[in-house]
Amino acid sequence: MTRMIPSLSETIGRFALYCVGFACVAMLAGCARPTASAEINDPHEVENRQMHAFNKSLDKAVLKPAAGAVGGSGRGGLQQGVKNFADNLDAPGDVVNDILQLRIGQAVHNTLRFAVNSTIGIGGIFDPATAMGVEAKETDFGETLYVWGVDEGHYIELPVLGPSTARDAFGRVVDYAINPVRILINPPESYIGTAASVLDKAGSRSRHGETVDSILYDSADSYAQSRLLYLQNRRYELGQTPADDTFEDPYAQ
Amino acid sequence: MHSNHSMMTRRRFAAGFALGSVALALPLPSLALTVDDARAMIGKAVGEINATIDSGKSETAMYGDFERIFTRYADVPTIARSALGVAAKKASKAQMSAFTKAFQVYISRKYGSRFREFIGGAIEVTDARAVKSYYEVISVAKLKGQAPFDVRWHVSDKSGRNLFFNIIIEGVNMLASERTEIGALLDKNKGNLDALIAALKTA
Repeated sequence: MTRMIPSLSETIGRFALYCVGFACVAMLAGCARPTASAEINDPHEVENRQMHAFNKSLDKAVLKPAAGAVGGSGRGGLQQGVKNFADNLDAPGDVVNDILQLRIGQAVHNTLRFAVNSTIGIGGIFDPATAMGVEAKETDFGETLYVWGVDEGHYIELPVLGPSTARDAFGRVVDYAINPVRILINPPESYIGTAASVLDKAGSRSRHGETVDSILYDSADSYAQSRLLYLQNRRYELGQTPADDTFEDPYAQ
Repeated sequence: MHSNHSMMTRRRFAAGFALGSVALALPLPSLALTVDDARAMIGKAVGEINATIDSGKSETAMYGDFERIFTRYADVPTIARSALGVAAKKASKAQMSAFTKAFQVYISRKYGSRFREFIGGAIEVTDARAVKSYYEVISVAKLKGQAPFDVRWHVSDKSGRNLFFNIIIEGVNMLASERTEIGALLDKNKGNLDALIAALKTA
């Protein structure tokens, strides 16, 4: 009988080798971080606006109804389970990026989290790690590029996925390519991860329903509003705490 | 339903006027705002938000409370002027006052309803610091089934009272967002401020 899922020790061994390889890459990369700014760099606004119109119609036709179908409040047990499961499958990718960013403490943290949730959390459906104080510290290759000193690049609205930047869009492609779960587990099991993320996308639309609705359907210019929100929030996530000067003092104007 | 709503709106207008005239009548503040005052002020506002969340009222009743809390603790005229941007410099006094009134209803309803996302959770003030000419009060919102997130309040006494003029949720700041929104609305109305005011009343 062919074993479709490799044994645990085998997986850990392959994973360790893989991590060492990436650590070497990280050592070679420089570590000058770009500075934060409040600027919006959007030279392809015309094309981006067309993509935004497409995404908005897609949301109206598919995501919004799907979000309604997966559950009203969006905080039901099943939906939380799907979210936990999808997040847990992302954890090995987080560890790889932590190593590439030379954030070893965080790599250990996320490895521990993955180990606890995959076992005690029954394959990641539950999240006992958070209850133990090992809460999620998600990252991605876009952040790795930021740590390596790559500039944000221009703003881009991606099909289906929505707001991004040149740096983050490239990061998404790399995250897909280097995802250990996809590499180490063979199809058809590996498709479970993809299915979980698609399902979680609908769950996420339902969790943040009111906020998304207010941005997409209640603002005078939903493109400009979602661009601003994405850039501000992404820069905040990356720890690019804007200099105090970028915040306004309306009394001084 | 509808008459009830417009009554509330009128009452809110009245409250806004009352606040505005008090602020105008006050002499320049002799007591400077301290970091502790700013922290205490936001602590009070957050306490009222939390009390509303715990009140067991219907969600609809809570929205009304959230709107009133926003109006009481925010420097709405300053936020309005900032959101209007350069157009504020060209506006007449009457236009500015009409715009501020319409903006007050719009913004308190919008951010009052954003507070509803906190239902089932609580906000906790954790720190405060001086930034340039104002204070930043840092708080954490803890919601059920979600990782805690960062909410910052920028507080000043330059209006004559201690009020907040900006909220920053996970890096996303209200002033910038409202400048984008009002700017887009002004564009839609071909730069006509009176048309913008009329549109804001239905927004």
